[in-house]
Amino acid sequence: MADALPHHHDLIACHECDLLQRLPVDQGRGRVRCRRCGCVLHHQGRDVVSTPLALGFTALVLFVLSNVYPLMDFGLQGHRDSTYLLAGIRELYAQGMPVLASTVLFTTVIAPALHIGLLIYLYLPLSLGLRPPAFVAALRLTQAIIPWSMLEIFLLGVLVASVKLAEQATIVAGPAAWSLGLLVIVLAAAATQVHPHRLWDLVA
Amino acid sequence: MNRPAITANARGLVACHVCGLVSRPAAALPMRCPRCDAPLHDRIPRSLSRTWAFLVAAMMLYLPANLLPIMHVTQLGRLRSDTILSGTEYLLAHGMWPLALIVFVASVLIPLAKIAILVVLLLSVQLHAQARPMDRLRLYRFTEFVGRWSMVDVFVVTVLVALVHLGQVAEIEAGLGAAFFAGVVVLTMLAAKTFDPRLIWDNVSYDVEPNAN
Repeated sequence: MADALPHHHDLIACHECDLLQRLPVDQGRGRVRCRRCGCVLHHQGRDVVSTPLALGFTALVLFVLSNVYPLMDFGLQGHRDSTYLLAGIRELYAQGMPVLASTVLFTTVIAPALHIGLLIYLYLPLSLGLRPPAFVAALRLTQAIIPWSMLEIFLLGVLVASVKLAEQATIVAGPAAWSLGLLVIVLAAAATQVHPHRLWDLVA
Repeated sequence: MNRPAITANARGLVACHVCGLVSRPAAALPMRCPRCDAPLHDRIPRSLSRTWAFLVAAMMLYLPANLLPIMHVTQLGRLRSDTILSGTEYLLAHGMWPLALIVFVASVLIPLAKIAILVVLLLSVQLHAQARPMDRLRLYRFTEFVGRWSMVDVFVVTVLVALVHLGQVAEIEAGLGAAFFAGVVVLTMLAAKTFDPRLIWDNVSYDVEPNAN
């Protein structure tokens, strides 16, 4: 009966050049690359569930810290104050720039939060051998959201802004700056750990 | 040496973009993956026209993004307005050339390069070009990888607006240019996402690229 199904488990079509290739027999850890264009087709032998789950929980802690603690302490002619990740977004709204504020909110808060939430939503049930509800939709959303999470670029923006102000003001990195730096690394690692093709072998 | 390329498309097979399963779709529309039930497309639907649409929109926003100020700084009663370009000049004039270089590359060179590369890729596919598919794919990967970094100036404005509001000495307001600029970055990212790199290879018949001569 299964033979009649019109699909091919041992074949893979490159997502960048469509070349049809046979998956090599599992040879332990490593990447399988496309013969024609060299893009990564498949990851072998890696633990595809507990590493992303651990990264997801780590990212959750760092994300909360990054939003709760001040990003920078700022001193200018006797005034001292701190600023938060969300303060700039609120200020953009207040200045009548709702579209700009929403773009920044989406790329620095909503997209990273979705990325982290989806990691836990997908991998916690999977680690228990369960298939999360709306699995396909959650996988697609995870793949789609990753490029819009721009915390590493935001961090570069923080650096540029501090340097611009360094002549006139005293600027000290707050706890959120450090946790953001770590969060960027954890999320980048998590983004390389999403192997939807492999996950299907687990739930199918 | 050069065997003819066997693509999934040439064999009437479609790879699912969610679960990767290669299957022969049933004749009935819409096509769905037999394993995960996601909609199947052999190529991103209407990839070329959608990419053009995003790209033309990005080009239209590009001018106001660069001509309008991205922020206004009022300091000691004096108002200074910065555009993308004058912001980098400011960094350069104050001897911060490594940062000036980063901002110039991210804000000026990358958006221009991205738009130019996508135009070249679209035209090459529409003109059924066969030359150097690997190089064209590399250009595509470059735009996909690097495009997000143009957002850095928008974030600089966000941080400055928050910081300087705190001290009473200077006041910084975001300018409309920043909103247009964010629009350019988002639209070029969408354009790169809707471009299907497999279209580059559809005009190419060989399996492995011959070595360059």
